[in-house]
Amino acid sequence: MSQLRFTKDHEWVRVEGTTATVGITEFAQGQLGDIVFVEVPAKGKALSAGGEAAVVESVKAASEVYAPVSGSVTEGNAALPDAPDTVNKDPQGAGWFFKMTINNPAELDSLMDQAAYDKFVADAS
Amino acid sequence: MADPAADLKTTPLNALHISLGGKMVPFAGYSMPVQYPMGVLKEHLHTRAQAGLFDVSHMGQAEIIGDDVIGAMESLIPGDLQGLGAGRIRYSTLLTEAGGIIDDLMITKPAEAGAEKKLFLIVNAACKETDFDHIVRRIGGRVKLTRFEDRALLALQGPSAASVLARFAAGCEAMAFMSSRLATFALPGGKNVDVRLFRSGYTGEDGYEISIPGDQAEAVAKTLLAQAEVQPIGLGARDSLRLEAGLCLYGSDIDTTTTPVEANLSWIIGKRRKLEGGFPGAAKIIEQLNTGTQKIRVGIQPTGKAPARAHTEVLDEVGKTIGEITSGGFGPSVNKPVAMGYVDAAFATPGTKIQLVVRGQSMPAEVVALPFAPHRYFKTKS
Repeated sequence: MSQLRFTKDHEWVRVEGTTATVGITEFAQGQLGDIVFVEVPAKGKALSAGGEAAVVESVKAASEVYAPVSGSVTEGNAALPDAPDTVNKDPQGAGWFFKMTINNPAELDSLMDQAAYDKFVADAS
Repeated sequence: MADPAADLKTTPLNALHISLGGKMVPFAGYSMPVQYPMGVLKEHLHTRAQAGLFDVSHMGQAEIIGDDVIGAMESLIPGDLQGLGAGRIRYSTLLTEAGGIIDDLMITKPAEAGAEKKLFLIVNAACKETDFDHIVRRIGGRVKLTRFEDRALLALQGPSAASVLARFAAGCEAMAFMSSRLATFALPGGKNVDVRLFRSGYTGEDGYEISIPGDQAEAVAKTLLAQAEVQPIGLGARDSLRLEAGLCLYGSDIDTTTTPVEANLSWIIGKRRKLEGGFPGAAKIIEQLNTGTQKIRVGIQPTGKAPARAHTEVLDEVGKTIGEITSGGFGPSVNKPVAMGYVDAAFATPGTKIQLVVRGQSMPAEVVALPFAPHRYFKTKS
């Protein structure tokens, strides 16, 4: 059974046991527009919650993808650098950025669930 | 709390932008569409494939009139206006006494009878107050400046622009590149709108800029947008199109700290002006033409896929700082990152290997000739 959580920086985290898959939300890809460049972290890279983990760039601007929790990267999505528009087409599916271990599951408690995130987005726009 | 949008000016096409789903952002004090639902990438590609319609009504339009209008304006710019034919447009720059660029602008010598003492000016939105103040302060005793705040400005750009516009302004397809004339835009339904056409633009494509009375602008824009070839294009694609075309953005690639020679715009300095001087910063600029500059604007092609944005540090092959990127991003038509910036003149030869510092890492790149996307301006058949 997986659970889906969200950050205020518009990353999503799908938690399965002690590992998490991370990407950017539908709202985030819509705000960025046409994505033309993605850089995903290498396996083994240590991440701290809120630290820079990946890069996403649209025609106009560069943005960081932040680690939602602390842990280490187990896999970067190798398909993304050659097909960055996957993030526009399927941000919460094939457009995932990286998978990571979770050092401290308590860090998940500070993240939003779907209902809280939906409200966060509605309030922001 | 004050609504920041409340302080923004709007163009005569504001309601149309919103109805088209434009994503409105603040730009140079105006609320302007950065993109429409099509998105920056497709808007860019559509303009190069067919035709894009841009609202550039935020730009400053004015005319100056005086017995010695040519001499007066030449005292502010390095371009040759004496040698400019009637009905022709000249790209030039207003200069500081140190030869720095106050703004770049389009100067048109109108062709119509009775306009011999007039020049029509189009300047950047963010600079228009400064520019018009500067002109009045410097040559206000010799010319009278009239601003056209009530006029809109549209740009129709792309390979289909001429055939589209000719449906409503017959004969426009024969206009030479960088020429201008008064014309009638025939709206469907029989109403005629008096417009001024310029065969010019900021995309590297063939196209027109169309100055229209503000209250007629929406009707003209809607008529053009109803044509199958035309899509509305926002400021995002306007920027990526001009960057691929190697064209300068004022405030990024040129400003008061850069001279036309450093900006690799020496071609705008008229032959006669080089000999005679008589423009601000002439001594310095002529010296630079003769002996070269310390820095110069070049095209920069990152070798990898990562775009390098403005203010990216440029290094030589051994890691010494040699310059900075001033505009950079992704070029949809060349399908690669593209950039321009200033490097030490010793590194300005196309093919020179350089490095760019992106997110703390050095990335390989190369100095290249501009433009990235070949210019496809209209050439008159001889």
